[in-house]
Amino acid sequence: MKVVFLGATRGMGRALARLMAERGDELFLLGRRLDTLEGQAADLRIRGASTEVGVAVCDLERPEGFGAALDAATATLDRFDAVVVTAGLFGTQEALEQDAALRRRVLTVDFTNTIEFCEQARVRLLAMGGGVLCVFSSVAGDRARKPVILYGAAKAGLSYYLDGLDVTYRSRGLRTVAVKPGFVRTAMTEGLKEPPFTADPPAAAAAALRAIDAGRPVAYVPSIWRVVMLAVKCLPRWVRRRVDF
Amino acid sequence: MSDVTVAEFSGWGRHPVVTGRQRCAENLARITNGAVLSRGLGRSYGDASLPPPGDHVVAVTTRADRLLAFDSDAGVVRAEAGLSLADLNRLFWPRGWCPPSSPGTQSVTLGGMVAADVHGKSHHSEGCFGEHVRSLRIRVADGRILDVSDDVEPELFRATLGGLGLTGHVLEVELRLRPAASPWIQAESERFGDFDSLIDALQDASAHWPYTVAWADLSSRGKSRGRGILERGRAADPSTAPASPPVPKRTFSVPLVCPLLSEATVRALNMARYWGRSKLNRGIVHPESFFYPLDVVGRFNRLYGRRGFTQYQAVLPPRSGRAGCVKVFDILERMRATPLLCVLKDFRAAGKGMISFPMHGLSMAIDLPIRDHTQAVIDALNDFVAGEGGRVYLAKDALTRAEHFRAMEPRLDDWLQVRRTWDPDLALKSALSVRLFGDPA
Repeated sequence: MKVVFLGATRGMGRALARLMAERGDELFLLGRRLDTLEGQAADLRIRGASTEVGVAVCDLERPEGFGAALDAATATLDRFDAVVVTAGLFGTQEALEQDAALRRRVLTVDFTNTIEFCEQARVRLLAMGGGVLCVFSSVAGDRARKPVILYGAAKAGLSYYLDGLDVTYRSRGLRTVAVKPGFVRTAMTEGLKEPPFTADPPAAAAAALRAIDAGRPVAYVPSIWRVVMLAVKCLPRWVRRRVDF
Repeated sequence: MSDVTVAEFSGWGRHPVVTGRQRCAENLARITNGAVLSRGLGRSYGDASLPPPGDHVVAVTTRADRLLAFDSDAGVVRAEAGLSLADLNRLFWPRGWCPPSSPGTQSVTLGGMVAADVHGKSHHSEGCFGEHVRSLRIRVADGRILDVSDDVEPELFRATLGGLGLTGHVLEVELRLRPAASPWIQAESERFGDFDSLIDALQDASAHWPYTVAWADLSSRGKSRGRGILERGRAADPSTAPASPPVPKRTFSVPLVCPLLSEATVRALNMARYWGRSKLNRGIVHPESFFYPLDVVGRFNRLYGRRGFTQYQAVLPPRSGRAGCVKVFDILERMRATPLLCVLKDFRAAGKGMISFPMHGLSMAIDLPIRDHTQAVIDALNDFVAGEGGRVYLAKDALTRAEHFRAMEPRLDDWLQVRRTWDPDLALKSALSVRLFGDPA
């Protein structure tokens, strides 16, 4: 499989890219910093990626560069089968309420700019006859909960968009995979209180890869979070007002 | 957003416990900046990977685990300090390479293996881990990042191998792997009814087998005390080994802290282990089963109960040898300290680590649950070991007193001097360095 990957240098993205490399997939990495990308490319190459791992700078805060980055990937890979987006920003509810600049950044990156990137990827994938567009959203976007209202709002919008892509374009060969991680131990969640069913990145990545291979439109990772979120969605409003999760 | 978070630290023995702060992210150069210590997977037993009490930041390296380079002809691999041995094995066993030296668990990082200068079943043939390290990239106390090796700043290099993270943060490790005909192990285990014949067999085996270790049963009494099982192995012949590479084994984790390991269960486990198999077993085994048998039970340290445990590992020089071991058993018996585990290993001469633990002689490692009198037991053992010219392994230790360690370690002043040269203000320190080297907390 030939994969264009935005976000392979950290956390779940790194774990997923490694699984792909170790089974011999061909990867092209997009990310903010060239040196970090090159370091990650070397790691993936040693782990088994089938050819040189190409890299190009692409920053979710700079949508004007999305087209060129995807063109660079096309130039190297010729054609690709999948685009994976694991990059994004996070802030605690407290931090996002207090810091207007951070709030705008997080909302813009996780919603507006991620969707803009997906739109450009969608056009290219459709032109190539289809493929997989896998984007990491979050269980935080399934239902408003006190610790993740703002972050969750951006992810809710993103999930809504991905849902729409699936119903609109699946018949034309575009398989949209929305991955919704529950709580996963990464640098992003460092220091937050761990709820039950917390997973490590390799386990979450393995579940995401199974979803990509199966073309599943929505994947909770680990899968127990599907049940957890179903329960959360059933909670009446008066309960949600009282509990703090 | 600041990524420094409050954390409770303890080693594998779950004693002692220190509260501090940690930073854990992918960028090692960033997270080590201003940290007092680096910590990997936290598998040292005592306080070697713990910050001193107070408001100190520890850099946790486990997310910095990239492979940086691999020379497939020479078998030289370069990686970030947080790469785990489990990952290294999983990736390189199938390609015909194995680590020349590895400890009894693969839940350790490269940086941790350097800091403790670990040894294993191959010590008599391959020496310590540090013998196979070609170079290190470290961040010294003033913030500079240096590449050190036998050729560049050799003194700092030797002080860092086994230096418990106190001479600099290990950022990158370049390691020479060993070619292996097969990752599978041709193993034998043989039962011996008394301590003398067990040690004879251990020493005999070292001439013919690259991997050896002995396990002794200290819960039996009288003549059979110290009876045990010798394990020896070598890379299997590819023609008889499975053609497929070994798949990582499934593990299960002890879900909660529960003191299942009592005197009675320990006696039963030792009996079961001793009598559980026939006198001599031969076969081809999974390398994880051979090298890391206890890894199958994740978090088994919880079985020692709430107070945790310590491992006492000491090496006695050849002139003390097995008679010294027997005296250690006498002290344990007299003080009613029954160890669950007693592992014996013959070491070859010390390597290049300036303050590394191994030296020529016989090493024994003993698990002791923490009880009210455990400090007194350790003191009595250390009195004896110091008198015999032996020394203890700091990566296991939590209870040795500074005066005992000094008495065991004629090399300490030289090492402290190198440390002072690179870190005059003692910016790098740990709970262990406060306890043993008198660093201000």
